[in-house]
Amino acid sequence: MELWYTEEHTDNVRFSIKVDEHLYTGQSEFQRIDVFKAKEFGTFFTLDGLMMVTEKDEFIYHDMIVHVPMATNPKIKNVLVIGAGDGGTVRELTRYATIEKIDMVEIDRMVVDVCRRYLPQTACKLDDPRVQLFFEDGLKFVRSKENTYDLIIVDSTDPFGPGEGLFTKEFYGNCYKALKEDGILVNQHESPYYESYAKSMQRAHKRIKEFFPICRVYQAHIPTYPSGHWLFGFASKKYDPLTDIDERAWNSLGLQTKYYNTEIHKGCFALPNYVKELLVRAGE
Amino acid sequence: MDLFSQEKAPIYEALQKFKAMRVVPFDVPGHKRGKGNPELTEFLGEKCLAVDVNAMKPLDNLGHPVSVIKEAEELAADAFGARHAFFMVNGTTQAVQAMIMSVCKRGDKIIMPRNVHKSAINALIICGAIPVYVNPGVNKELGIPLGMSISEVKKAIAANPDAKAIFVNNPTYYGICSDLKTITELAHRHNMYVLADEAHGTHFYFGEDMPVSAMAAGADMAAVSMHKTGGSLSQSSFLLISNRLSTGHVRQIINLTQTTSGSYLLLTSLDISRRNLALEGKSIFAKVTSLANYAREEINKIGGYYAFSTELIDEDTVFDFDRTKLSVHTRAIGLAGVEVYDILRDDYDIQIEFGDIGNILAIISVGDRALALERLVSSLSEIKRLHSKDKTGMFDHEYINPEVVMAPQQAFYAGQYPVAIRDSAGYISGEFVMAYPPGIPILAPGERITKEIIDYIVFAKAKGSFLTGTEDMYVENIRIVEE
Ligand SMILES: Cc1ncc(COP(=O)(O)O)c(C=O)c1O
Repeated sequence: MELWYTEEHTDNVRFSIKVDEHLYTGQSEFQRIDVFKAKEFGTFFTLDGLMMVTEKDEFIYHDMIVHVPMATNPKIKNVLVIGAGDGGTVRELTRYATIEKIDMVEIDRMVVDVCRRYLPQTACKLDDPRVQLFFEDGLKFVRSKENTYDLIIVDSTDPFGPGEGLFTKEFYGNCYKALKEDGILVNQHESPYYESYAKSMQRAHKRIKEFFPICRVYQAHIPTYPSGHWLFGFASKKYDPLTDIDERAWNSLGLQTKYYNTEIHKGCFALPNYVKELLVRAGE
Repeated sequence: MDLFSQEKAPIYEALQKFKAMRVVPFDVPGHKRGKGNPELTEFLGEKCLAVDVNAMKPLDNLGHPVSVIKEAEELAADAFGARHAFFMVNGTTQAVQAMIMSVCKRGDKIIMPRNVHKSAINALIICGAIPVYVNPGVNKELGIPLGMSISEVKKAIAANPDAKAIFVNNPTYYGICSDLKTITELAHRHNMYVLADEAHGTHFYFGEDMPVSAMAAGADMAAVSMHKTGGSLSQSSFLLISNRLSTGHVRQIINLTQTTSGSYLLLTSLDISRRNLALEGKSIFAKVTSLANYAREEINKIGGYYAFSTELIDEDTVFDFDRTKLSVHTRAIGLAGVEVYDILRDDYDIQIEFGDIGNILAIISVGDRALALERLVSSLSEIKRLHSKDKTGMFDHEYINPEVVMAPQQAFYAGQYPVAIRDSAGYISGEFVMAYPPGIPILAPGERITKEIIDYIVFAKAKGSFLTGTEDMYVENIRIVEE
C-alpha cells in the first residue's frame, strides 16, 4: 500500500510526499490540522491540507524570518510574533539573550497543542519565561498596541482562511502604530512564481509600502513550499537591512545556524528581474 | 409554528424532482437549461441554470398557486405567524406597494412617517392615495430620524379619522422601532389598517429578545425582506397578511404588477431560507446579536466613533432598538459617514451598507463571521488614526421635515419644468431626490423646496453621496411643478 500527501500548488500542479504514517487529524474552530510522518521530510504538519512545516526544511524559513531583522538591529528587546503556532520562530528568537520579551499571538490554540505534541523540534521553546502566548486574532491584538515593539514578525498562513486579516491594509497600519520609532516588521511574503501567490505577494507589498519608509523583499529557497521560491518582507521605520547590518556584532554572538549567515543576509535581497518587476508593478 | 413540517421545502423538493426527470424543454426560458448561453452557464454554474425554469404543472404558478408554491406559502405563513405569506419576486418594493394598494384607493388618506423608503411614496404616485405625514422624532446628536411617537400618531388620527391605514417602519434602517403594538391598537380602534415595512426586520420573527414583529403586534400586513438579513437571493421577499385582509384580494393587487415569469431561483431561495430560519433562526440570530454587540463594544473603545444601541430607547420615538444593526456615528472624528464608507471600500476593500452625513451602517446577518468583523473594527481604528479631522463645518442634521404642498400623484403628473437645484428654493418639487442607499427621499414630489434642503443636497453631494431620483442623471437640475 502507498500513502501520499498531495498539495495542489495550482489547479494544474501537484506536490506529493510519500507518507509513512498519518499521525494526527483534527478540526479546530478555524481549520483542519493534520500531522504526517514521511521518510524524506520527517514529521510535517498541514493546515487545511496546505504544507506548513517539515522537520527537514523548517530551519530555512525560521532562520530567515528571525536572523535577518536581528542582525539588522541587534538591540531588539521586545518582539511580537503573530501566527507561528509551530513555535519555530520563537525558538530562534530565544537564542538571543538580549531579547527581553516575546509576545506570541496565535489564533488557533489547537495548532500549538498539536505542535507541542508532534513537533517538539520547533515547539521546544514555547515555555521560555520570556515568551507569553496569546490565543486570539492577531489583527485584534495589535489594534490596542501603540509604540510597544522593536520587531513584529508575521509568520502567517496564506491570505485565505484565518490568515486573511494578516494581509490587509488595516493590519499593516496597526502594526506600524504598534512599533516603536525604529521598529521593524518582517512578514512571510508568499511566492512570486505561481500567479495566485504572486498576486498575494504584490498586494502585501503594496499595502506595506503605504506605511513604511523602508521596504525591502528578500528570498529563500524552501523545498516544500509552492515553487520552492519564497519571499519575506522587511519593512522598517528606520533601519535598512542592507546598510545597517552589523555583521561583526552578529557574528560575535557565535550563533550556529544551518542556513543564515551574514553573506546570505547581504545576498538575499538581490532579486530576480521578474520579481523586481512584479514588485514595481505591485502599486498598479 | 409546527417545527416538524418546517423541515419541508416544497418548491426546492419539486425542483429536485423536476431535474431528475430530465424533461426536454420546448418552453421558455430560451437558454434551455443553460445550453444556449455557455458563458453564463460557466459563470453561474450548470446547477443554477438547470433550475432557471418557467412555471409549469409540477412546479406550480406564482400568480395562481395551487400546489407546491401554495404549500410553501402555507409553511412560510406558519413560520412567520401570519395568516398568509406571499412569495414576492419583485423586491420588497413590490411588497410595500401591494400593501398600500391593497387598502388605499385614489384620494384615500394614509398616515405615515416621512422617513419611509421611496417605494412607499411611489405607491402613492401609482394609486393616488394621500399621505398624512407624522413627524418622526429626530435625534439631534446623531442627526437621524427616529420612530413615530404615540402622541403624534394620536394627533394624526384625530385630525384624519377617515384615514384608511397607518404605515410603520419596523424597524428603520438604523434599527429604530416605534411602539407598534400600541399603534396597532389605536389604528384598529379607529378602523384603520396597519402596514409594516419590515424590510429590515426579518430576524424579528426568528431571533429571541428582538423587537416585536408586525404579525406578533397584530398588524395587518408586513413587507419582509428575506433577502436583506434572512439569507435568500437579492430581490426575493415576503408579503405577510393577518386575518383582516382577504388573501384573494391581496393576490389580485400583487398580480397587477408582478411578473408572469417568477424566477424559481428566487422562489427556492425563499423556501430554503424560510426552512433554515424556522429551524435554526434562534441560534443564528443569537450569534448575529453577539457579533454586533461585540463590534459595538470594540468600536466604542476606539474613541471618537459612537456605535449606538439600546441606550437610545426612550419609550417614545425610540420605543425599541434592533441590536443586530451596527450603526456608527462618525461626525466626532470630523468625517461624514459617507466619507468613512468610501475610505472603507477604496482603501480597505470593505463594503458596508451605506454612509450618510453623520453615520455608517453595517449589516450583520446570517452570513457573518467574527474574523471579518475584526477587519471592520481595525479599519475604523486606522481611519481614525490616519484621517480624522476637526469636526467644525460638518453638517449637523440628517433629517429635514418637509412641507407637503400637494399629493405625490398630483405633483408627479402636473405640468413641470426643470430648474437648477441651487435656484429651486421656494418651488414645489415634481420629483424625488435621495441618497441611495438608504433610499429615503430628501425631497418627494409635491414638497416645497427650501434653502435648508438645497444646502443639504449640496453638502451630501460634495461629500460623495450617491444621489438619485431626478430625471437629470447628474442631479444638477430638478423638475418643479408649474404653479
Ligand atoms: C425600508 C425599506 N423598505 C423597502 C425597501 C425595498 O426593498 P427592495 O430593495 O427589496 O425592493 C427597502 C430597500 O432598501 C428599504 O430599505
